[in-house]
Amino acid sequence: MTIFNFYLFDRHGTCLYYAEWNRKKQLTMSKEEEFKLMYGMIFSIKSFASRLSPTDMKEGFLNFTTSKYKLHFFETPSGLKFIMNTDLSVGNMKDVLHQIFSSLYVEYVVKNPLCELDQPVTSELFKTKLDEYIRGLPQFPIKATS
Amino acid sequence: MTIFSVYIINKAGSLIYDYDSPSVNRPAVEKTFSYPLELVLKVFDEKVVVSFGERDGIKVGHAILGINGVAAKGRILEDGRDIMETLATEANYPINIKFGKPHLTTNEKIMLASMLHSLFAFGSQLSPEPNSSGIHTLETDTFKLHCHQTMTGVKFVLLTDPKQAHVDAILKKLYEVYSDYALKNPFYSLDMPVRAELFDANLQQVIEQADKLGISNI
Repeated sequence: MTIFNFYLFDRHGTCLYYAEWNRKKQLTMSKEEEFKLMYGMIFSIKSFASRLSPTDMKEGFLNFTTSKYKLHFFETPSGLKFIMNTDLSVGNMKDVLHQIFSSLYVEYVVKNPLCELDQPVTSELFKTKLDEYIRGLPQFPIKATS
Repeated sequence: MTIFSVYIINKAGSLIYDYDSPSVNRPAVEKTFSYPLELVLKVFDEKVVVSFGERDGIKVGHAILGINGVAAKGRILEDGRDIMETLATEANYPINIKFGKPHLTTNEKIMLASMLHSLFAFGSQLSPEPNSSGIHTLETDTFKLHCHQTMTGVKFVLLTDPKQAHVDAILKKLYEVYSDYALKNPFYSLDMPVRAELFDANLQQVIEQADKLGISNI
């Protein structure tokens, strides 16, 4: 199991925070373009899923998998979008993403008067705490074979 | 029934086959209202939908399916009256309105199919690992979408219950049915919508079998 990277978007599509751990493939485009592409994809998937659903949805889109990775998605009612890419063996990450929101983002960004809410997060404290938290997760270690 | 729909998308991203399971219960609520209406409605995509005010099973996003037993056709009723105008007239109250999740029209399905086609490509492009394929499965709380892309680029898309197992076997079976009854049909031209009775019948049979017996038998 391993965690590749993490994106945090606000409701306008600004990328508030990005971090990566074991990412092997770097895109040829700039980070800025990658964020736009990622937000656009998530936005389209949300609308796609809500139209396709035969019954009423509560939480909506949760995750998708390809042959190499799994993307987990969590959105707060205020429109913050937490996205995490992991490998395929990882199960449900909803609690983890919720934890990042409630005990990291709220604690170290929202409660910090120096952090502008619709600007990318620059707080070193948030950065370290998030890194610490992710590295401590049982899903984080890479398998011995890889 | 745990299989909701089947879509087949050709390599250019257009929808060549769609099947909706007839036994899916789409939520529909009928209720009598007095003036003024406590729901906020708006016209969206040629449909009158609820934009605010959930109550008694009526949800945001539900469309008006009928008024006083007269079915709705887009934003007008079957007898030609405009829905928004009818609802704005106090003399028409009390009024009985039927709400529900609208069925997808063929045009919408075609649009969603091409949307999936590009989402599929984004999924592999944004991969943190090299050599990733496109989206295999996409999970929501109400359904799970499974997509199987063949070597020739045709996508078989299955919408099932999130708990449905062995979907890969059903997808492979559908591919088999497609190659046997659509591709071997001399009247079928490649990449065009599939209109073949035998294909319809066999596909339906696979789905019914999968639902009834589990997958071990197919």
